[in-house]
Order: sequence, then structure tokens, then C-alpha cells
Amino acid sequence: MSLTFCGVELEHPIINASGTFDALAAERAFGEQLTEHFPFSAFVSKTVTVEPRRGNPPPRLWELSGGLLNSIGLPNKGLAGYLREDLPKLAQLPVPLIVNVMGFSAEQVAELVQSLAPREAVAALELNVSCPNVETGLIMGADPQELSRLLGRVRPLTDKPLIVKLTPNVSDVSAVARAAEDAGASALSLINTIRGMALDPATGEPWLGGITGGASGPAVRAIALAQVRTVRDAVELPIIGMGGVQRGRDAADLLRAGADLVAVGTESFRDPGAGSRVLAELKRSLGTACNQR
Amino acid sequence: MVAREQHGPYVVLRCEDPAGPRPEAGQFYMLSTAECWGGGEGERPFLPRAFSVLRAPADGHELHFLLQDVGPGTKRLCELEPPDELLLVGPLGVGWKLARQERAPLLVGGGVGIAPLAILQDQLTQAHTTLLGFRDAAHAAGAALLSNPRLATDDGSAGHHGLVTELLQDRIRDDPHVEIYGCGPPAMLEAVRGLCEQTETPGQLALEAGMACGFGACFGCVVATREGYLRLCIDGPVLDAAKLMTAMSPGAGH
Repeated sequence: MSLTFCGVELEHPIINASGTFDALAAERAFGEQLTEHFPFSAFVSKTVTVEPRRGNPPPRLWELSGGLLNSIGLPNKGLAGYLREDLPKLAQLPVPLIVNVMGFSAEQVAELVQSLAPREAVAALELNVSCPNVETGLIMGADPQELSRLLGRVRPLTDKPLIVKLTPNVSDVSAVARAAEDAGASALSLINTIRGMALDPATGEPWLGGITGGASGPAVRAIALAQVRTVRDAVELPIIGMGGVQRGRDAADLLRAGADLVAVGTESFRDPGAGSRVLAELKRSLGTACNQR
Repeated sequence: MVAREQHGPYVVLRCEDPAGPRPEAGQFYMLSTAECWGGGEGERPFLPRAFSVLRAPADGHELHFLLQDVGPGTKRLCELEPPDELLLVGPLGVGWKLARQERAPLLVGGGVGIAPLAILQDQLTQAHTTLLGFRDAAHAAGAALLSNPRLATDDGSAGHHGLVTELLQDRIRDDPHVEIYGCGPPAMLEAVRGLCEQTETPGQLALEAGMACGFGACFGCVVATREGYLRLCIDGPVLDAAKLMTAMSPGAGH
């Protein structure tokens, strides 16, 4: 099932969603066995920001009917810490590395791209555009013009693939997708989490320390499938589809809807080996489909 | 699963894990059931649930977990009967540091939080004291899982009438040369932490937090400490009492 995605050779189409699999923590918990049989064909690291972030106050999690609401707040060591401590270790992984970055202004994104893209270990960058631009107050990935301006600033900085991770919290995802394509994005990934909220049954107050959070897991699968289909109809760019993938069948559905790669997210929390399992199930289901033809 | 035992309102699940590494005292596993656990037609439970190891007998491959039916996850797990399948991810986390001081271990636990003290008793080689607190005599049936505990109950129906931390306070006054190992509900742990601070007694506390993964990926189980937010799953669940400003972490004991 090997394929080329934006010029990067991959053994198969199953990767992880950013922030749902920590290769270094997993190695601490499960030993080298896990990294030797790495469950994904590429590793997408957790979001890196210019400055270190503590993340949101707890509680950060709420279980939904068939899903998870989280308000983690992108804790990370910041760009300097990532370059110094994490990148040398992640460079040792047996699969290509995609680094997810987020800035609060186009200049911050530019700094992240300029620092990370030249590194040999970095195969591609994924831009998290689900945050507000502090200069305009607009969510970068929710406004076509805002996204065009961002890509206009950072696209000339590197020849490496720039994957734009789209937010589903928009009225017209195809308009944002077309803006990304026109401004030179190499690929799109979707969906990010869907904004949601839970109230503490004991107090009636918001449960999450961050007040609202992002919903993920099988509860959002149908929405992901529809958004991938919509974006596929709008652009020619390669697509990484994700949202509620638990089984090979779910991955096959996203591929049929127009995705080129499929990312496993929340399911890796339930089963750290989910990536390998989804791939095995996908292979079986595709084999079955071919035989039936 | 090889056995299910009832101890008052508590359930002990005994299972075999012949292929996995043996846990250290204070480590935990993420548990879920092979059937009827999200994913299919079911709704909640969806995420696995974190449980400290109650006991891991040295002979054989058995692991014992202590549960109380308090929500959709524990309800489903408490329904299991041999030979149902239990899904395990573990052993995870950092457990108790055994007798690192020249001090007598003083174990204090409450409710279903007594679990990691049983495996700790099994591994301690020196004399130690165990104090357990329960709501009432019915819950105090769980005390049979540990050896030689002194009991306290909220309603006085078994043992000392009052809080286990009152027994703890007396004990520290009589013999301050102890190290405290604590696990229980957040309010009890906070009282234990306060006593550690006031009496300058070293203590290790096994905390709880809702977890999505248990192995450091989701960053959902953080607790605020003097060193900033720590992921309870890989930096804990046992933390030095001195690291904590409070043991009342938002969302714990829910």
C-alpha cells in the first residue's frame, strides 16, 4: 500500500492526528517495541508554538457519548525547546516526521517555518490555523482572506510541503480550502475538533477549565466524512482525512470520500496500537472488495 | 478474567496477563471490556478507565483490581464474570518509592483508594502501620483485603468513630519518624498532605485524574504542582506530597 504524498514516500496511508500520539512518551511507557513496530507511516508531532505554553487549567477532559471533549490548550516546550530536546529524538523514528506548528500572527508562523523547514529530519509542516490572529482577531483558518495572507507570507519560505489543517468550525469549508489551494498550500488535513461544551452536573458550571473544548471520536465521524467529501469536490490538493476513525472500515470510508491519507486520532487513546490495527483491517477490507469485483 | 469477588460494595476483578510485564506497587492499568465498550452500537463508556493494581501475586500471572460501581465505566466492569475478556493497557506510571528513608512506613487509605496499599504491603519488607477510613461498616468490608489495618468510619459503625486522618495525626504525634503513603478521596488526601506539611513528615500520595490514554499522549490528566502541570499518568500517579500545593485537583473524585 506504499504511496507518495507531496513527494514524501510512505509505506501505507495511515498516520496519526497531531496531539493524539506522543512517540516519546509512548516509548517511555511501552519501550522500544512500540517504536520498532511504529503504528503509523509518518509521525505528526504535537503543535509547536514559538513560546512555551503550560496549557489550560484542569479539568481538560470530558467523555461524550462515543467521543471525547478536550481542552488541553497546546502545552509544549516552545520552538527552542522542541529544537533542542524533541527534534533530535524524533529524527530517530523509523518514519518521516511532520511537524505541526501554530502561531498567533503570520510573523510567528513564519518564524516557525523558517526554523523548522530547513531541518533534514522534518519532511513536512502542518499549519494549525484554528487559532485567532492576535492582530486581526480572526481565526486564521476560518476566513479565506486571512488564510491567503498567511500562506502568502510563509509559502515562499520553503519548498517543503505545507499542509493546512482546516477547522470544521466554519460556515463554508470549501471557500477556505480553495483559498489555501490558490495561495500555494501543498495539502489539506481535516477535520480538527468541533467546538463543544459540557456542564458539571453537580454545579451547572462549565466542566472544562478552558470553558469550551473540541469534540472528537466516533461522535464526529459523519461530520468528518461530509467535510472531506465537500473539500474533495472543491480542490485538487491531496487530503489527509480524519475524524472518528476506529476501524479499517472508517478509514476506507474517508478514502472513498476523497482522502489520500487517513489519520487516526482519539482511538489511539483507547488503544495505543490502533494505527496498526486500522491498517490491518483496511488491508483486509480492500482485499475483500477486490475479490468481490 | 479468572475470578470476581465481592467485598461489601467493592468488587475485585482477578485476571491473568501471562504476556505482560509485572507491575510495581503503585502502578496502574487502563481497563476496558472486550464487549460492549463504546465503538459499536454502545455510547458511554467510551474511554478506558485507570485503576491502580490491588495485588499482583508473585506466583503466576494474576492481576487484581479493586472497583466500585460509581458510573458507566465501573458499572460495566463490575458486570464482568469469568471467562469474560478484560482489555488491559499497562503497567503504567510511576508507583511508590519503597522505603527510601530510614523511616517506618505509615500507610493511610480511604474507600476504594485502599487498592495500591495492598500491593505496597506485599512488597514492604519492614514493619509498617496501616490506617484505613470508610464511610460505614458495610464499606469497611474492603479492609479485609489488607493485613492488620486500624479502622475508622464516618458513622462509627466500625473502628474509630471519625476520620482516618485523626488516627494519622495521633500516630504521627506518637512516632514522628515515619514516611506516609496515602491514597484515597481528594479531601482525605488533602488532609494527609496538610499533615505532612505541618509536621514536616515525608509523604507519597497516589492521586487520581480522569485520563483518556494513560501513557502520556493526551495531556488530559495534568495536576498543578510546584513544578507546574505534571501529567499524572507518566509523572505519577504517586507524587511526593511536598510537590503539591493541594491534593484537591479539579475534576478528581468526580
